[in-house]
Amino acid sequence: MITMGIDSGSAMTKAVLYDGEKIVACRMEPSGSSPGKVMRRLYEEMKTPDTCYVVATGYGRELLPEADKVITEITCHGAGAAYLYPDCEAVIDIGGQDSKVILLNDNGQVRDFLMNDKCAAGTGRFLEMTMVRVGSDIEVIDDFVKGAEPAVINSMCAVFAESEIIGLLAQETKPGDIVLGCINSICRRTAIFAQKLISGKTNVFFSGGLAQSEAIRKTLAGYLGVDEVKTHPMSQYNGAIGAAILGYQRALRKK
Amino acid sequence: MELKKDLPAIFEEFAEQRKKSFLTIKKLKEEGTPVVGVFCTYLPKEIPNAMGAAVVGLCSVSDETIPDAEKDLPRNLCPLIKSSYGFAKTDKCPFFYFSDLVVGETTCDGKKKMYEMLGEFKPVHVMELPNRQSEEGYAMYRREIIRFKELLEEKFGTVITEDAIRHQIHVRNEITKELLRMQYLMANDPAPVSGLDIVNTAYGSGFNMEVEKLAGRIKEVADMIEKDYAEGKNVGKRPRILVTGSPSGGAALKVIRAIEDSGAVVVAFENCSGLKSMVLTDEENPDVYDALARRYMGIGCSCMSPNPNRLEMLDRLIDEFKVDGVVDIILQACHTYNVETALVGKLVKEKKGIPYTIVETDYSQADVGQIKTRMEAFIEML
Repeated sequence: MITMGIDSGSAMTKAVLYDGEKIVACRMEPSGSSPGKVMRRLYEEMKTPDTCYVVATGYGRELLPEADKVITEITCHGAGAAYLYPDCEAVIDIGGQDSKVILLNDNGQVRDFLMNDKCAAGTGRFLEMTMVRVGSDIEVIDDFVKGAEPAVINSMCAVFAESEIIGLLAQETKPGDIVLGCINSICRRTAIFAQKLISGKTNVFFSGGLAQSEAIRKTLAGYLGVDEVKTHPMSQYNGAIGAAILGYQRALRKK
Repeated sequence: MELKKDLPAIFEEFAEQRKKSFLTIKKLKEEGTPVVGVFCTYLPKEIPNAMGAAVVGLCSVSDETIPDAEKDLPRNLCPLIKSSYGFAKTDKCPFFYFSDLVVGETTCDGKKKMYEMLGEFKPVHVMELPNRQSEEGYAMYRREIIRFKELLEEKFGTVITEDAIRHQIHVRNEITKELLRMQYLMANDPAPVSGLDIVNTAYGSGFNMEVEKLAGRIKEVADMIEKDYAEGKNVGKRPRILVTGSPSGGAALKVIRAIEDSGAVVVAFENCSGLKSMVLTDEENPDVYDALARRYMGIGCSCMSPNPNRLEMLDRLIDEFKVDGVVDIILQACHTYNVETALVGKLVKEKKGIPYTIVETDYSQADVGQIKTRMEAFIEML
């Protein structure tokens, strides 16, 4: 028996297949301007004859009529983190459009959550924009900030921060310093937001695209006051993995 | 003979009451009935009703006039205040247009200041509402109620007798009793009807000008809900949500819809037009002004400091309505309710041991998608 989880995020659509023990396939594509079409294509191309249950999640979760169940990304991220990091107590996800903090109970179920969906400055989009502005790409952010001294970014708003960055470039501040400054800014903001739910030594799982960067993980751990934040090479698939796992549990109950 | 209507039609009728009252007010005005426009539940409607005036609510709940309001008011202000001011300034609210007198109270800072500006286009009277539920506070509000009565007598050339006030206290108590009875039918599990219908009925009843007949009308609704429920009609077993926070009629009902569309039912609504202000006045108290002062000052609004009555009511309602989770709606820049989320969250999560979430919103429809995701996730968690 195989189940499929599809996570239609604001930037990327992620899909995985799960066989009850492990992830047997995964794919990721830009959501673009027709997120429903991207979901449909991934669904059609990945579906196997024994795929018996499909769960859709993410912003576009209502767009796949073939889905057996629609579950929000909060619940899916919780389930995904509990799978990728079984000791996980809290999840911090910095996505393309929002950031969220999720607390899990001992069974890996969501106990409480907070979402920042009002402000772009705390999201992945802010760093992506900064990297474009300095003529580079988010993929190489760790190399870009090697040996850098963080510049101070004061603006509380992504749009004004961009003006501030242009100002810093005009003063010939090193691009690496600016980007590291932005990483500090976003991590500090995330930690302040997270402290409403997370206190003391907590096993934190960091998901979303930014979690792949070591520099961001280290900075975030520093601001949270924990030794490290855990991630997983598949953390960007976290929501889709959670969806597939929750789908598997439902498929078992249906039997 | 009036045709017997079914429950959905009656709910619709109450929900539409505000619009329908526009014509009623015009007619009443033409017949020479004084119209008093009010903002908060702190205003004792018994006083203007005792001189035969029509009392209309002026709190506006749509974003239509906010751009006009922002010509004078700051952007970062509560949408209820901006909307109310905007409707008044543009003369788009018939209730405001027909009001002979507008009455406000010194509740939150934003409203207090807005009333000062409102005075430029309408006669405005502001009652000084104490911030503390103490004996001194009651005594002061009692004096303010008498001052308000005297102002009405002088302005409209009439006399408001204590007997007339006593009668209105009784009438208002009967309305409150029926509204309470109707809302407490939602304590049944499974709930008999959707929470949105109950909220709309409670809110709409505030715009019914036939005060003397209103208790009877609400009783009919409650009787019908009870009868249908006895016959097995209900919404089925669903997670039970209590909603609290800033005034949440009109456009803010998007949150209630998101909760109920996600498969839960709003069993209790602790906001202004719901259970918060449903308190009875002591009819045995020989001093009608003292009785009114104590009844209205007892309302657990966040403009009181401290505000123990809100927490006590929430504590009780969570048990009585067998609540599974609490949603606190905060209108943007509503500082008092926003600050109180820390106290409410502590009560709900730590003392009552159930989940709690906060939704900060305004009257726009821009965040409908985000609210839907949050409410769905909250309900999946229960």
